[in-house]
Amino acid sequence: MTDVIDKPKQDGPDLKVVGTRPVRPDGVDKVTGRAAFGADYRLPGMLTGRILRSPHPHARIVSIDTTKAKALAGVKAVVTAADFPDLDSEEYEAGESAADIRDLSLNVMARHKVLYDGHAVAAVAATSASVAEEALGLIEVVYEVLPHVTDVVEAMSPTAPLLHEGMITQGVTPPPTRPSNIAKRFASQRGDLEAGFAAAEVVIEDSFTTQAVHQGYIEPHACVATMTEDGQSVVWSSSQGQFMVRTYCAKLLGLEVADVRVIPAEIGGGFGGKTTVYLEPVALALSRISGAPVKLVMSRDEVFRATGPTSGTAITVKIGATRDGRFTAAQVELKYQAGAFPGSPAGAAVMTALACYDLENFSIIGWDVVTNTPKVAAYRAPGAPMVAFAVEGVIDELARNLGIDPIAIRELNGVRDGMKASYGPTFRNIGFQETLQAAREHPHYSAPLAPGEGRGVAAGFWFNVGGESTAALHLNEDGSAVVVTGSPDIGGSRASMAMMAAEVLGVGADRVRPVVADTASIGFSMLTGGSRTTFATGMAVTQAAQKVVESLKARAAMTWETGAEHVAWENGQAICLDPAKDVKALSLAELAANAARTGGPISAEVSLNAQGAGPGFGVHICDVAIDRETGHVAITRYTAVQDVGRAIHPAYVEGQIQGGAAQGIGWALNEEYVFGDDGRMQNSGFLDYRMPVASDLPMIEAVMVEVPNPRHPFGAKGVGEVPIVPPLAAVANAVRGALGFRMAHLPLSPPKVRAALDRSG
Amino acid sequence: MSQLQYYAPGSVEDAVKALGAGGRAMSGGTDLLVQLRAGRLPPGPIVDLKNVAGTQGIRQENGGWIIGAATPAALLGEHAGLVAAWPGVVEGAGLIGSTQIQNRASLAGNLCNASPAADSVPALIAARATCIVAGPGGRREVPVQAIVTGVGKTSLGPGEFVLEIRLPPRPPRAADAYLRAIPRTEMDIAVAGAGADIVLDEAGVCQDVRVVLGAVAPTAVIVAGASAALVGFRLDEAALERLDSAAQVVCRPISDKRGTVEYRTRIAGVLARRAVAIAWERAEKRA
Amino acid sequence: MSKVHIRARVNGDPVEFLAEQGMTLLDALRDELGLTGAKEGCGSGDCGACSIMVDERLVCSCLMLAPEAEGRRIETIEGMARDGGLHPLQRKFLEHAALQCGFCTPGLLVAAKALLDQNPDPTETETRFWLAGNLCRCTGYDKVIRAVMDAAAELRQAHSA
Repeated sequence: MTDVIDKPKQDGPDLKVVGTRPVRPDGVDKVTGRAAFGADYRLPGMLTGRILRSPHPHARIVSIDTTKAKALAGVKAVVTAADFPDLDSEEYEAGESAADIRDLSLNVMARHKVLYDGHAVAAVAATSASVAEEALGLIEVVYEVLPHVTDVVEAMSPTAPLLHEGMITQGVTPPPTRPSNIAKRFASQRGDLEAGFAAAEVVIEDSFTTQAVHQGYIEPHACVATMTEDGQSVVWSSSQGQFMVRTYCAKLLGLEVADVRVIPAEIGGGFGGKTTVYLEPVALALSRISGAPVKLVMSRDEVFRATGPTSGTAITVKIGATRDGRFTAAQVELKYQAGAFPGSPAGAAVMTALACYDLENFSIIGWDVVTNTPKVAAYRAPGAPMVAFAVEGVIDELARNLGIDPIAIRELNGVRDGMKASYGPTFRNIGFQETLQAAREHPHYSAPLAPGEGRGVAAGFWFNVGGESTAALHLNEDGSAVVVTGSPDIGGSRASMAMMAAEVLGVGADRVRPVVADTASIGFSMLTGGSRTTFATGMAVTQAAQKVVESLKARAAMTWETGAEHVAWENGQAICLDPAKDVKALSLAELAANAARTGGPISAEVSLNAQGAGPGFGVHICDVAIDRETGHVAITRYTAVQDVGRAIHPAYVEGQIQGGAAQGIGWALNEEYVFGDDGRMQNSGFLDYRMPVASDLPMIEAVMVEVPNPRHPFGAKGVGEVPIVPPLAAVANAVRGALGFRMAHLPLSPPKVRAALDRSG
Repeated sequence: MSQLQYYAPGSVEDAVKALGAGGRAMSGGTDLLVQLRAGRLPPGPIVDLKNVAGTQGIRQENGGWIIGAATPAALLGEHAGLVAAWPGVVEGAGLIGSTQIQNRASLAGNLCNASPAADSVPALIAARATCIVAGPGGRREVPVQAIVTGVGKTSLGPGEFVLEIRLPPRPPRAADAYLRAIPRTEMDIAVAGAGADIVLDEAGVCQDVRVVLGAVAPTAVIVAGASAALVGFRLDEAALERLDSAAQVVCRPISDKRGTVEYRTRIAGVLARRAVAIAWERAEKRA
Repeated sequence: MSKVHIRARVNGDPVEFLAEQGMTLLDALRDELGLTGAKEGCGSGDCGACSIMVDERLVCSCLMLAPEAEGRRIETIEGMARDGGLHPLQRKFLEHAALQCGFCTPGLLVAAKALLDQNPDPTETETRFWLAGNLCRCTGYDKVIRAVMDAAAELRQAHSA
């Protein structure tokens, strides 16, 4: 069923549950160690799997000999690409963005070529980890090593080694005649660029680079999978979408979708990185041969080398403005690294690049470029933070050049309701101006800086999406309820689902137990991504609860022998409005207890394709102190302001904002993929891939601005992705303030800051 | 890694025998196990030295200090007497990894792992610490700087291991300090480190100094020009500038994922200056 | 390679198990004893998700071999709630929403308890440095630090009462 909902929002003061901060329903499991994540499952007869990975960034596979490995006692299965169907190219939308099924298959197991250090070439299942490890050493792979390229700009050169010999750039007319590493060109424009720049009194242009960074979830990918001789399969895995895993496993192994059941484990962080499959199809292939359940768990080294980082980028931005600060034209060109297969977030970057601003004239060109690095995966607002780093940096320079306050220049040029977004639609019910105003009025913004400190401001935008979701609500005989969804709980969404259902039912949140069900127990739901769950799945939950309330009212009417139109639902009870009846209100518990006599079990399931997710805007303020001798940048104060529509569970909304800001700070300061001349990742561990630790950060103040989204029953907008968009620029603009010159190449790590200081004299 | 053999001898003799037979010494294991797991070391039998008599504990003897070589680093920081006498040595040991690592990692492990970036080593060398090495030929006492001969290489012979670390008695108006530079605030390997030990006379003039740098050469290096820069002088900007230059002269670093040659060299000078300033201030307070 | 027989005390109870000699204590707890509360996030002592107490000292169980546990007293997250009630730290983590995905939470709780056991009144800075060995990628640490400080205050009050 497809259903587009468009209801007026309920007013804040009437809400009893939404907006409160109850303890999350899955909390006790997670503070006691009971919660079962991907690697915590164990089945009888289970085998342990291991994956053999390429040590070369680019090589032809001449041969793979698995004879000796298969002969080792305790080895039950060895698979290579030969054990998977050789699939044709087919665009398929199951993850956060469309994926080519053939590319996905080749990423899961290399067929003729390896395209990055860490690319899987074979896998074994054995009776113990030590036997499986020994077996890996017995697999003989002959490689013909090829020249490699890991940098996005170098990969675009006509002389660069080609990853895919037949790849012709899409989006260029006429199509190029020669293959290249450029997979696709994206373009977006409006107005007259030349006239716009001609009207400018000040033009600032600069070129920026950002490095590949990883999502950095603490839980490595893990799954257990089993397949019977007739192909019926069950997978337990940690992912952002059990239905996504089901689809991809069925496609990659040539199975009926109905034969694959995926049971979602608790997920130990994803941030977009668990919106695709790496292990599940391999575990199934090993189980198909061995006839036993197979467990596959990645090491941290494998996570870094073989799963999705986000793109390294090179971006040029030119913006013109009048003396009073009004933007007249903007030109952006961005080059995004896709990794081994096409599909960088360059398209989303083109759409978000100027989305915060009202511009009559602009041109944005984006390039999607393959490199000998792991295939990128979605990472929180995919594509947006890098281009925001560049655009917000140039705006910062414009503000400095013109002597205009950085928030004022954004208020002057920022989008408002009724304006046509740079990416097409007309903005409605957006809160960018309110967010800017809240940032300007925040005490942080006017607090004095210590000598040598710098302050930076930056804005960010993310679309937020809706999409397909299913929810069921079952009322129990004691009046408690179970709400079932197909959306993995990645950061507290069980709590918000229970709260929205409770709000509609008129009971406390503790009377509603939320369950995240497997693919055989609830209707289809897109994965948790795009900041869609509280919006879209929440909408399905709300509608299911409304249906249950309708049923409760009908049953009360039946009991009172009156029409349903004479029954109101208030505070969790049915009230009779029929003046002819002198009856007491019937509570939800009483009605539930009487269900058998009034028509049977009370439950409802709603499937919908939610439209109308409200776009989100954030404005961050960052203070830094720099040790000019060591180049060390310390974040001394950080405030993140964001329009959240309406916060269902404010504490978890704040948590999203704080976590996104922290990831962005790490991206700005120290995180990076370091490749050696040999094309291998040099820092595939948490020691040298430097994510922020507790002592690196101050408290991060999250300020929620509430401009409700009328397309959601309680006004919610997606909140998870916006907060990672501004920090790169906010930190860089603060460093600019402290140093007196701009650093346009991330990360702003101590060696680079010190070197920049030395160069500046 | 699960196929390793594990052996935990209780006596020096048994440990020497097991190591002589090709075993690999482990104390805290916080480096060794990581390297084995990553396949950077060939698998081999592990000889756990933590139960060997004499490898645990901190005690004072003849005015100096004896630290069992496998004593967890955290215990150094919890020992008020040692902290008062050798704050720099304790600072170095206290920077080896997280709280969790501190409860396992030891001075001997940090030393014999032979990483150029080992945090405890510069301060130990600056302190003129020695090692009691046990082996098939009995025991010998060697200066700490004689143990590490190159990246991942030590002078220990077959069957030998470090049993104790010894710190000399302190004269009055003497103090030490250790500092390192890392990109984050914790949980990193030193990009460069500097240990300094200084002795002042009653007038606050430097009588003796030793400054040692880490992570700027294959082994920790003594700043040869430190004495010329500082002995006979009071603490001032000129003295520290001389030391900064002297420190940079001895650097022979590499460029890698943690830092460039240029950065390491400059930062070594900065850290040397700062460490000496801290040690100096501490020594003055002891006057 | 023959397995070794190990006897230890885990969360107060005597346990015996067989382990390969090179098995980590983390794998032994998870695979031999079924205590999956301690997690492997890195296997190199850099994330703290496998934090446990051994003889009252906080360690990474991924950096300890199973045979080293012989005769030791081990405490894991599974032993933190006592007598049917949550430890104040566990309660404060829930009240402050100090977890999102929950994967690093057991390690953070064990590490935080070790801090409060030896320093009942830590400053924010002390807390941040003590917990620097426990990576959390979801929260930005803000609510984690608040929860630990709040639990410390409550424990101090309970102690003085």
